[in-house]
Amino acid sequence: MNESVISANDLSLTFETNDGPVHALQDINLDIEKGEFVSFIGPSGCGKTTLLRVIADLETPTKGVVKVNDMSASQARMERAYGYVFQAAGLYPWRTIGGNIKLPLEIMGYDKLEQKERVTQVLELVELSGFDKKFPWQLSGGMQQRASIARALAFDADILLMDEPFGALDEIVRDHLNEQLLKLWATTKKTIGFVTHSIPEAVFLSSKIVVMSPRPGRISKIINSNLPSDRTLEIRDSKEFLDIASQVRDELRKGSSDE
Amino acid sequence: MNKIRDFWNLVGPIFTILLIITAIWYASAVWLNSAWAYDKAKRANVSISFSEMVSDTMIQEKPLLPSPHQVIKEIYKTTVLKKVTSKRSLIWHGWITLSATLLGFAFGTALGIILAVGIVFSKSMDMSVMPWVITSQTIPILAIAPMIIVVLNAVGVSGLLPKAIISMYLSFFPVVVGMVKGLRSPDQMQLDQMRTWSAPKTTSFWKLRLPSSMPYLFASLKIGVAASLVGAIVGELPTGAVAGLGARLLAGSYYGQTIQIWSALICAAILAASLVAIIGVIERITLRKMGIQI
Amino acid sequence: MTWVFSALITWIVLWLINIQLAKIEANRFINLLVPALFGFSILILWEGFVRGFNVSPILLPPPSAIAVRFSGSLSILWIDFVQTFIKGALSGYVIGCIAAFITAVAVDKSNFLKRGLLPVGNFVAALPIIGMAPILVMWFGFDWHSKAAVVVVMVFFPMLVNTVAGLNAKDNIQHDLMKTYGASYWQNLLKLSLPAAMPFIFNGLKICTTLALIGAIVSEFFGSPTRGMGFRISTEVGRLSLDMVWAEITVAALAGSAFYGLMALIEKGVTFWHPSQRK
Repeated sequence: MNESVISANDLSLTFETNDGPVHALQDINLDIEKGEFVSFIGPSGCGKTTLLRVIADLETPTKGVVKVNDMSASQARMERAYGYVFQAAGLYPWRTIGGNIKLPLEIMGYDKLEQKERVTQVLELVELSGFDKKFPWQLSGGMQQRASIARALAFDADILLMDEPFGALDEIVRDHLNEQLLKLWATTKKTIGFVTHSIPEAVFLSSKIVVMSPRPGRISKIINSNLPSDRTLEIRDSKEFLDIASQVRDELRKGSSDE
Repeated sequence: MNKIRDFWNLVGPIFTILLIITAIWYASAVWLNSAWAYDKAKRANVSISFSEMVSDTMIQEKPLLPSPHQVIKEIYKTTVLKKVTSKRSLIWHGWITLSATLLGFAFGTALGIILAVGIVFSKSMDMSVMPWVITSQTIPILAIAPMIIVVLNAVGVSGLLPKAIISMYLSFFPVVVGMVKGLRSPDQMQLDQMRTWSAPKTTSFWKLRLPSSMPYLFASLKIGVAASLVGAIVGELPTGAVAGLGARLLAGSYYGQTIQIWSALICAAILAASLVAIIGVIERITLRKMGIQI
Repeated sequence: MTWVFSALITWIVLWLINIQLAKIEANRFINLLVPALFGFSILILWEGFVRGFNVSPILLPPPSAIAVRFSGSLSILWIDFVQTFIKGALSGYVIGCIAAFITAVAVDKSNFLKRGLLPVGNFVAALPIIGMAPILVMWFGFDWHSKAAVVVVMVFFPMLVNTVAGLNAKDNIQHDLMKTYGASYWQNLLKLSLPAAMPFIFNGLKICTTLALIGAIVSEFFGSPTRGMGFRISTEVGRLSLDMVWAEITVAALAGSAFYGLMALIEKGVTFWHPSQRK
């Protein structure tokens, strides 16, 4: 029986805009257990990014409670409970790749020797060994994203939150990074929250898929995946994969026809 | 209720800062002028109390720092109460400075735009002239304003024109830099699209480059008009300080008339602010008509 | 007349050379040669026209005469330079920029100051600050202190406006990243806001180099001990010895360009990562 690492109870978030209130999230109830890989999928405006940001304490809910590691979201943030990967790498151009990865380590007070070790370790994990002295603009988009993931893995956080990290990359690079991410998950056993637009990506990566729909942003259905945890890209042609994918697709279609 | 709160949120901090500045001004006036007040009393063999000293500092004739109401009174005296054509009227002086400013600004803007078009369309001009345009600004032209005035006077060009030339020199640079940036601002995609339509370079200029440069142009015009005003003021210094706001500044400093200096300075400040504001209004109207949101 | 014609012909020839040079692949040598040739051609034109039209040296001396006067007055030029540039402009520049920087950090921290001080600061930056020169001479005396004070006031507001813009320049993702690390205010400032602000800060520093020199020289028009570049210019203008005036201008131009160039060099080193430096 795994404990709940991230939980949301009757979570709601309403934005006041010039055109009236926008119900970005409404009555979200969710439990994510330790070691799960949970994908959030849905059309634009369904609130998936907003939900991730609320968990990360980058947005404040207007109603309801969210708990991370049994603490409030802000406490969890101050305790550095998670690493966050954005849609764009967001690397600081005045620091080398190594320097960028050291950034959270410097802020969190790791000593210099440990910083060096972790940088080497984590660059190896994302297959960017030897690039620590290069600057971000010298790297391709895919490599920059890998560096950004490395940065999120560098410090000891049990949770990894990723907001469409591979959205801007081409399909071949994306497939490769998907495989690497799964391997990383197997090695580090972190709890991962992953926002995506792509059905195959969601089904390939996750143990649980949360389908959301917009206006107001809510959870339509939670689909559990029974695929084996060590997967390769070939599994995308298997019957079980296609089953789950069509479940997700049907649920998404239902959500959009409600309007 | 919300509207009042929004208004206060916008204006409140500015208002508070201005209030604080006025308070500091009054306090400094008392502090700086106190020496003279005590001196005067000692020479008259009288001792004065603190409150008497304070009231004295507020009405001195040649104070080290005039109090705000003294300046306001002087401005009122020399604008509203004087005939506009009188040589003592601040409005008359202001107009002299303003006319040189506007003329120089017009010349400078025209020169700036012509240079910018040349630089954007001719590579040799870009490579030879642009570095000198930049260098020209590291040469402190204001420093040679006296010389320019004297030389032009000697060849018979006096009055408005020499000052306008100095203003022109100061205002053309921001216009060149801004227009060059603006004319080059359309991205490659938009330029390529013009080519797919077989548009000649002139069409591309009038319909794409020129409209794209409008925001940059207006930003530069605001800097340029303020620079023009400075040029006109400094241009008035060498000719023995006869007419214009700069002349009033210099005359005031020669005769120790601090209130006169401050009133001329405040007048110049109001002039500068109004000119920039007018350009801002024109900018808003023009850009709105073009559909660009500010 | 031969002077005029030969000058014109030389100018045209150099212009044609420049047009040809512009067609070659750009490299650093060509980029320096073309404007240098252009400047040189203007000097030739100047010399030719002044000699050819017999322009009075009181009105416009030829470059050759200026060069002669320059080399003959090196000691005076040096004294003036130290008085105006080193003591007046430089000290005012340093004080003004540091004050502006500290104020900008304070403004960035306090929302109240941001909404109150910034509009006032933007307003003051557009005003003819040079007009404060007579007042500051009255308060600080004739010597270089009042000139430094004028420079401080002239440099403060543009520097403040630029630094505040720079501190706001980080993008949203970089800012959110800092939040997820639970960074403190100072960590955020030192590791993100400041490096991201450098391009803007240097833009301000470069603009202020010219403002500092102008402020120091022009404020000497309002009163100065018997030395200084502004002082020398106004007195020599009065004596109609314009070659000395042009010699002083040459010193000012050299000092101004060197100062600006130094800032640009430092900028290249500090903001190496910015797209504008990476071409």
